[in-house]
Amino acid sequence: MTDPKTLTPLDLDTPDKTFLDANELVINMGPQHPATHGVLRVILRLDGEKVLGLECVIGYLHRGVEKIAENRTYTMFNPYVDRMDYVAAVSNGLGYCEAVEKLLSVEAPPRAQYIRVILTELNRIASHQLWLGTHALDIGAITPLFYTFRDREEILKIFEKYCGARLTTHAFRIGGLQYEAYEGFEQDVKNFVSFVKPKIDEYEELLTTNRIWLERTRGVGVISGKDCIALGVTGPVLRASGVKWDVRKALPYANYGNFDFEIPTGQNGDTYDRYLVRMVEMRQSLRIIEQAVAGIPEGPIMAKVPKVMKPPVGEVYHSIEAPKGELGYFIVSDGSTQPYRVRVRPPSFVNLQALDLMCRGQLVADVIAVIGTLDIVLGEVDR
Amino acid sequence: MVENLQRMYGSGVNALTHLGQNYMEVDRTLIPEILQVLRDEEQFDYCVDVTAVHYPKREKQFDVLWILYSFARNERMRVKTQIADGETLPSSVPLWATCNWLEREVYDMFGIKFDGHPDMKRILLPDGWKGFPLRKDYGILQQDHEWVQINLGIESGQ
Repeated sequence: MTDPKTLTPLDLDTPDKTFLDANELVINMGPQHPATHGVLRVILRLDGEKVLGLECVIGYLHRGVEKIAENRTYTMFNPYVDRMDYVAAVSNGLGYCEAVEKLLSVEAPPRAQYIRVILTELNRIASHQLWLGTHALDIGAITPLFYTFRDREEILKIFEKYCGARLTTHAFRIGGLQYEAYEGFEQDVKNFVSFVKPKIDEYEELLTTNRIWLERTRGVGVISGKDCIALGVTGPVLRASGVKWDVRKALPYANYGNFDFEIPTGQNGDTYDRYLVRMVEMRQSLRIIEQAVAGIPEGPIMAKVPKVMKPPVGEVYHSIEAPKGELGYFIVSDGSTQPYRVRVRPPSFVNLQALDLMCRGQLVADVIAVIGTLDIVLGEVDR
Repeated sequence: MVENLQRMYGSGVNALTHLGQNYMEVDRTLIPEILQVLRDEEQFDYCVDVTAVHYPKREKQFDVLWILYSFARNERMRVKTQIADGETLPSSVPLWATCNWLEREVYDMFGIKFDGHPDMKRILLPDGWKGFPLRKDYGILQQDHEWVQINLGIESGQ
């Protein structure tokens, strides 16, 4: 045989020298893709099926939320915040309200804080359920999707009864809550807890020792704890790499110090560990919810905040443990009714940076698994 | 820790506290050194955020901030510096790998360049966009009309 390019005879005994020798292939995993969890464009450099490197192109969902914040009053901006991480909207609201409450030096009353914790932890379970369904779907296990979405439905029903909206809830107000817990709220939450506990057991039974799941997730997307810290990765990804850190325990907010819960960690920092960490987190969230529901104090739900909010001049940075990682708000106030600058530190944006490191040397199918395990929401990445 | 730094750098470092949160105002000239000292000696190994604020009426228009966190000390620290329009800052990517995208976003939104950054280009807005949206002189409804007309083929995005 001859090499068609150079017309010299081919040496077929040493396969590396044939014309099939792979050049680097650059492939676009475009913004429209069923498995990129939104409009994310990933440019892959491949050697056959192996990934040599990748570059993420983001910004397809950029809506200029930070610019909008400078033109709205503090209360008017509250609904915009939910739209960033639209999967788990309640946490965004919690972070923003707490940051502004810090600026105003007010604290929400205890009853409001307990109800906030209940809603935030329900929101965490809802987010992890969606993560589990879509992550399993990307890997090929189609069944969990329907069941996790059914559980998510129960949570969204509670949200709808509470504040009228399922997805972008606008549940919290600066200074506390607007709506009192509706008649039967505690009973609904207790019913939900007892309903979902055996369901989580079912999902674990389906996936945790499943041979296909283990093959697809063990050793995929490994990142060490040191790399996580250097890259600023937080949330379940950091915990699965062995660093036991959770903003709820390290820098407690909203009375989390009152509740008894554990922080799961993993050892290897691979996709399987991240899966286990999130399953345990769901159970710990249920534990927090049970404690919170048992102890909701009576009292007002709204602190004394002025109708026209003019926080004193200053800056504040406040962060919470969103289901995806550390969600931070840096708010600069110039004394007027509109914030001077609102900076949202999105966990998904920073976590997505680690994608390149996690996918080196893996196969293309693993890239999909890693994007799923990072649990990114493009609304938050792009804002 | 603050006393150490102030002893070493004198008036270039000014440490303050507001609402229980510690922050340092640092001279532009001391920036790469202070960040290095904070990471290596004071164990601030996690860079939470890099961001900027635009004060158009000031002489040094931009406030650039680094929000750092130390796992060992469970402490957060903000480092602030002021730079003028057109000045650049050294990139912190060699110190914390997370600054890669964070600095790109500061460039994209404010136009502040970081020297030594491996890949200084826009991240959220399309390549070729003119203007830096988070500056105060960029109107909220303003757009890069040229980009929109050429690339999307419509009169205006509004």
